[in-house]
Amino acid sequence: MAAVDRSKIRNFCIVAHIDHGKSTLADRIIEKTGLLTSREMQDQVLDNMELERERGITIKAQTVRTVYKAKDGEEYIFNLIDTPGHVDFNYEVSRSLAACDGAILVVDAAQGIEAQTLANVYLALDHDLDVFPVINKIDLPSAEPQRVIEEIEDVIGIEAQDAPLISAKNGIGIDEVLEQVVTKIPAPKGDPEAPLKALIFDSLYDSYKGVIIFCRIVEGTVKKGTNIRMMATGAREEVVEVGYFGAGQFIPCEELSAGMVGYITASIKNVKDTAVGDTVTDADRPCAEPLPGYKKVLSMVYCGLYPADGAKYPDLRDALEKLQLNDASLNFEPETSIALGFGFRCGFLGLLHLDVIQERLEREYNLDLVTTAPGVVYKVFKTNGEVIELTNPSNLPDAAEIEHMEEPIVTAEIMVTSEFIGSIMELCQERRGRYLGMEYIEGTRALLKYELPLNEIIYDFFDALKSRSRGYASFDYDIKGYEPSKLVKLDILINHEEVDALSFIVHGDSAYERGRKMCEKLKEEIPRHLFEIPIQAAVGGKVIARETVKAMRKDVLAKCYGGDITRKKKLLEKQKEGKKRMRQVGNVEIPQKAFMSVLKLDDK
Amino acid sequence: MTSKKKELELYIHIPFCIRKCLYCDFLSGPADESRKTAYMEALAREIEGRAGELAEYQVSSVFVGGGTPSVAEVGQLARLLWVVREKYQLTEDVEITVEVNPGTVDREKLEVYRAAGVNRLSIGLQSADDGELASIGRIHTVKQFEEAYGAAVAAGFENINVDVMSALPGQNRENYRRTLEYVTGLQPKPAHISAYSLILEEGTPLYERVQTGEIELVEEETDRLMYADTKELLKAAGYERYEISNYALPGRECRHNCGYWTRKNYVGFGIGAASLLENVRFRNTDDMRQYLKSPLECRRDWQQLTPGERQEEFMFLGLRLTAGISTDAFAAEFGVTTEQVYGDVIRKNLQDGLLVCAENGARIALTERGLDLANYVMSQFLQD
Repeated sequence: MAAVDRSKIRNFCIVAHIDHGKSTLADRIIEKTGLLTSREMQDQVLDNMELERERGITIKAQTVRTVYKAKDGEEYIFNLIDTPGHVDFNYEVSRSLAACDGAILVVDAAQGIEAQTLANVYLALDHDLDVFPVINKIDLPSAEPQRVIEEIEDVIGIEAQDAPLISAKNGIGIDEVLEQVVTKIPAPKGDPEAPLKALIFDSLYDSYKGVIIFCRIVEGTVKKGTNIRMMATGAREEVVEVGYFGAGQFIPCEELSAGMVGYITASIKNVKDTAVGDTVTDADRPCAEPLPGYKKVLSMVYCGLYPADGAKYPDLRDALEKLQLNDASLNFEPETSIALGFGFRCGFLGLLHLDVIQERLEREYNLDLVTTAPGVVYKVFKTNGEVIELTNPSNLPDAAEIEHMEEPIVTAEIMVTSEFIGSIMELCQERRGRYLGMEYIEGTRALLKYELPLNEIIYDFFDALKSRSRGYASFDYDIKGYEPSKLVKLDILINHEEVDALSFIVHGDSAYERGRKMCEKLKEEIPRHLFEIPIQAAVGGKVIARETVKAMRKDVLAKCYGGDITRKKKLLEKQKEGKKRMRQVGNVEIPQKAFMSVLKLDDK
Repeated sequence: MTSKKKELELYIHIPFCIRKCLYCDFLSGPADESRKTAYMEALAREIEGRAGELAEYQVSSVFVGGGTPSVAEVGQLARLLWVVREKYQLTEDVEITVEVNPGTVDREKLEVYRAAGVNRLSIGLQSADDGELASIGRIHTVKQFEEAYGAAVAAGFENINVDVMSALPGQNRENYRRTLEYVTGLQPKPAHISAYSLILEEGTPLYERVQTGEIELVEEETDRLMYADTKELLKAAGYERYEISNYALPGRECRHNCGYWTRKNYVGFGIGAASLLENVRFRNTDDMRQYLKSPLECRRDWQQLTPGERQEEFMFLGLRLTAGISTDAFAAEFGVTTEQVYGDVIRKNLQDGLLVCAENGARIALTERGLDLANYVMSQFLQD
C-alpha cells in the first residue's frame, strides 16, 4: 500500500443511547461508502459482510475501514470503530473512544436525550473527541427534531443547529452525515518517525494467526518484523503481519503508521497478554511513556456455572477455555457444590456479560447449565488483619473472625419523565440507594442521581426500572468504590440441610424480606415428595423464615379411558422426564430451574 | 366353539351426546340425525369389514362407549350388535356392555338392547344432587336416573355399573357421602360402581372456568376425605376395590376393563378408537369426514411395541389392579424376571411403602398409599 496521506483519514465512532439507531447508521455508512478504494476492490468483500450481518448482536467492538469519495473530489479513508453499547463494557468503550478523533452522536428525534446519551457523550468529550450530533428517526410521526436540537444545545452544550436530520432505517440524510464526518472530524495527528506508540482497543484469538491486536497507531510505524512489546503486560513478540479491516475480513498491508487504525499479529497465544488499553511499542526503540488510561479490568459479578449433566464437566471446562481465548475479562476457577457437584466460579464484567457467556455456552457449545445467584465481590476484613475478596458466599469466614465487610457502590444516573420520579425514587430507596440530587432537563424530564450498592442492581434492577416507568426510564452507572456495609450471609435449608448453591450475601436489613421471598419461591418450585419438606432461610444459624412443601397425597389418573394407553404413557413419561432435571440434595430432589428462579424476586 | 381360539375384546365408539359435559375431553359431541345415521352405517361397515381378518379370534367382551351410546337410534345400535353377533365368534359368556345416560333411555329401548344381547349396563349418575349435576353440565336429574335404573332392572339387567364422581365444584363431604349412600342403597344393589374424583382436563369449559376463577375446585383436604369415604362406604356395602377407581360385588368385575390392564388384544371401532393387536398399537382417525368416507382405511399412529415397551405397559397397566401383577406371567412373557428388569425400582418402592409383595413374591401390587400415588410409582417403571 502506498504511503498514506494522514489528512485524508477520519477515525471516528458513533455514540448513542441504546435503540437510538447506532448500528443502523453504521450499516448505512458502510453501504454508502466503498469498503476499499476502487483499485483495492475485491469481489469477496461484500459476501463476508453479509455473513457478518447475519450474526446479529455484536458484543465486541467492530471496526470497519471504508473509503468515501467526498464532494471536494477527494477520497477519504473512514475507520469506523463501533463500540459495544452497554455499561458492562464501559472500559472497552472508553478505550475504543481513545482510538478515535471524533464521534457522531445519534439522538432519537422522538425520545431526545437519554441517560446513556449523556454518559456516552461525556465519555467522548472526556477523550477530547470532536462530537457532532445527528437527529435520527425523523420520519417517525412523533419526531420533534427542533425540540431535540434545542435539548442537545441546552443539556450537552454542543452546536446542533446544522445537525443532519436523518432516518438511518430508510436511508434519509446519510450523505450529509458522511460530509460532516469529513468536515467536522479532525484528521489524526502523530509522527510516523517517532518511537512506536499504539493503543490496543480490542483483540481476538484466531486459531491460525494467534491473537489479533486491534490498535490505533498514535506515534511511529509498525510493520512485519518489528519487535513489539506490550508495556503493561510485558509480553513481547515479533510482528508477523499488519493490516486493516474490511468487513469481517482482515486485509494485510505493508505497514501501519501514525494516525492509522489496523491490526497486528505476532504469534501471541493468549488475549490476556494483549490487554485492552495497553500500549504497544517497539521493543528495540521504545517510547518514553505508555499512553494514559490503562486499567486492569476486574470482574464485577460472580456466579457459579454448573453443567446440568454432571458428566459434561470437562466439556464445560473446554468451552470456558475457548471463550476465554477471546475474552480476557472472563475469569473462572473450579469449585464444588454439595448440591450441584463440580462446576466453576466465573467472574464477569456485569450481568449482560454473564448472560452473553451463558447463552454462548448453551448455544455454541450445546451445554445445559445451572447458574447460581450472581453476586458481587465483597471485601471481608478479618480480625487478624487479613482482607479476603469474597466471590463465593460459601467461603465467608465464621462471623467471629470478621471485623467488618465492604461492598461495591456505584454512582447511577437515571433519566425519567417527571410523572415517574416518585416511583423510581421509591425503587432506589428500596434498593438502599443514597440520593445525590436531581436535575431537570427541559420541563418534563429529570436526571436522578443516586449511589446504589452494586449487588442491589445486578439482578433485576433494570427490569424493575422499566416496569415502574412503563419503559421510559433509562439508566447508566459507574463503579464508585467500596464502602463498609452491614452484610450477612443468608442460608437456605431444605429438609434441614443447607444448600450451598442457594446461599447469598445480603444486607442485614433486607435479609428477612429476601429470605421470606426465597422460601415462597422455592415452595413453588420444589415438587411434593413422599414426605413433608421444610424450607428455611437462616442467618447465622437462626431461622428467619419458613415454608413447607406438603407431602404428596394424590398423584393418580383416576379415570383412565381404557383403550387410550398412549396418552397415559405420555403423562408418565412427562413425569419421568421432569425427574431427570432434578438435583438431589440429601433425599430431596430440587428442579434445576429452582436455582435460577430465586434470582427474580421483585414482584411489583 | 373352539376354546383354542385367541381371546379378543371389541370396543365400539359412539361419539354423540345430547350436550357435552363441562369436564369432558373425550371425542364426542352433539350431532344431527343424518350425521348419526351416516356414522352408524360407517361403523357397521367397519365392523363387518374387519371380521375376516379377525376370524382367528373369539370375542369375550364388547363395550359400546362414548359419548353417550344411548343417544344413537335404538334400531341402529341393535343392528350393529347383530352385525357383531353374525360376523364374529363370541364366547358363550361374552360380556356386552353399553354405556347409557339417564334421560336418554326408557324401558323399551333397554328391552331392545337386552334382546340384542347386551348383558351389562353402565349408567352415568355422577351425583345424587341435582345442583351438582347442573354445575358440571349434566343433562339429567336424579329422578331421571332413578327412572333409568328402574327401567334397566325391569328390562332384566342384573349387571349394572353406576358412575359417581367426587371433588365436584361446590360438592361438600356430606353431599358426597349422600351420593354414595344413595347408590349403595339402590334396590337391587348395582353390581359395580366406578368412583373417581374429577380430573380437570385442559381445554374443557370447566378448565377455563377454573382458570378465570368462576368455579372453585374443592380443597385437596376435602378431596382426600371424599376419597377415604369412597373406600370406607363401598367396602361396608360389600364392594371390593379391584382397580384404582373401580369397585364390584364379588365376581362382578368389569371384564372389559380388566382386559386393558392385562394387555389383552382389543380392537376399537369408530372414530378415535384405539386398538392393541399382537403388540401393535394403533388408532382410528379423529376426523369424522375421513372416517365416514373410508372407515376401513383410517387407521394411523401405528406403533409396534418393543419388548421394553411391553414390559413397561405390563407394569404400569397391571398395577392399576389391586391384585397387582404376576411375576410368573412377566417371566413367562418376556424371558426375564421382574427382579432383573425392575429390581431397584421395586425395592425402592417396597421401602417407601408404595408397593407390596404378595403370595411369596408371586404378585406385586400397589399398597393403599401406592394407589394414591400411582403415577409417581408407575412413572418409575418406564425404562431409559
